[in-house]
Amino acid sequence: MIEEEEIDLLLKDLYEVYGYDFTQYARASLKRRINRLWTLDKFPSFAELRYRVRSDPDYLKRFVEELTVNVTEMFRDPTYYRTLRTEVLPTLTAKPFIRIWHAGCSTGEEVFSMAILLKEVRLLHKSILYATDLNPEVLESARKGIFSMSAMKQYSENYILSGGTTDFSTYYTAHYGRVKFNEELAEKMVFSTHNLVSDRSFNEFDLILCRNVLIYFTKTLQERVLTLFDESLAPLSYLGLGSKETLKFSSIQSRYKQLEGEKIWRKIG
Amino acid sequence: MAKNRLNAGHSVDCSVVVIGGSTGSIDVLLRLLPALQPPLSFALIIVVHRRNTADSTLAHLFSLKTSVPVKEVDDKDVIRPGTIYLAPADYHLLLERDGTFSLDDSEKINYSRPSIDVTFESAADVCGSQLVGVLLSGANADGTAGLKAIKSTGGFTVVQEPNTAQVGFMPQQAISGGVADNVLDIPGLIRFINDLNTTRSR
Repeated sequence: MIEEEEIDLLLKDLYEVYGYDFTQYARASLKRRINRLWTLDKFPSFAELRYRVRSDPDYLKRFVEELTVNVTEMFRDPTYYRTLRTEVLPTLTAKPFIRIWHAGCSTGEEVFSMAILLKEVRLLHKSILYATDLNPEVLESARKGIFSMSAMKQYSENYILSGGTTDFSTYYTAHYGRVKFNEELAEKMVFSTHNLVSDRSFNEFDLILCRNVLIYFTKTLQERVLTLFDESLAPLSYLGLGSKETLKFSSIQSRYKQLEGEKIWRKIG
Repeated sequence: MAKNRLNAGHSVDCSVVVIGGSTGSIDVLLRLLPALQPPLSFALIIVVHRRNTADSTLAHLFSLKTSVPVKEVDDKDVIRPGTIYLAPADYHLLLERDGTFSLDDSEKINYSRPSIDVTFESAADVCGSQLVGVLLSGANADGTAGLKAIKSTGGFTVVQEPNTAQVGFMPQQAISGGVADNVLDIPGLIRFINDLNTTRSR
């Protein structure tokens, strides 16, 4: 088990050597991730773990990818997608372009879910989906639109519960235990690295989705990120968070109105 | 000071009680909760395996059984004595040194999210000897590693008597693993938890 002071040392290294700042990540989860990696990669001592992180840039990629949580699924919380379909997207139909930002998109399951939603409400042709993450590796995976076949049963159920009426399997082609989603869905996606800790706003959006990312941050960092989102949201645009996250207690709260029963807020001020 | 006289003759102080359970544990909790004598001098954290639905039916069900406030945890909630906290479905529940909760949606542990081990280990890390861990009925090996962590940081562990559990596998794992300080039937568990409570009216 890693000691608190050792975590501090490691985080200092990550910042000084590579510019990754994890000091404002929620500590309990971060500690668990580091312990998990220590065990998985069989380091005999903290000193050896630290040396490897400092001196091996290839290992660093793995370290950062494993330190951050990249668990995601398609149409997670189906009622959330139902609300996007029935209440949010219809208010955007009059716009010439629709810009959507998936902040912390991980391996892209939510981005593909959104593309399916947009296609079904006939808005995909005029939408752009910006999908960003801290990890170049997961973005590379997201860009390919290839997912494991074994998850499709669950995703298909989620899709139907979200109000989807098409045969879900028409959206992908199966191949050796994996599926590739149709190219058409990926045409409007732009993938790029972006670090919510240190990078700035890069556009103005009609909808920002950042689900189950803020839970890994301290309140201080959450406040920074919410301000960044606020600066990136057009009037009457929307912000969607994870089911246990909130705008409450943040400084931007007064400018937003929450949609009934969902973690989606509309910018009203 | 909570004084819970045990066979070993020493007493238990605690600021946090964390209860973990799986199949068959909800029935135990529905008997335990009405028997609690508020106000509680500690925070009571409950981690139960259940379906991955985002609705809060279980928290509501629990709240009908006790006058102690029941809260399904939201990100960064402050941990307060006198409150029952329920781990939300589909998240691991962790404790921070600043006295708040944090949530984590990383990989399932023991096929479970929330995982009892994750919360037990995190609570052990933060609460040390001020922690009591209770493991109830279940068909899964979750909880044993967590109880071990609680013992190693000076906390106290209690396991439901497997014969009284709907599914005895989970508490039996803990007993076989040598991580149970005490093994109690349901009336015994109720008495034990009420005895931890230093503010109850007598």
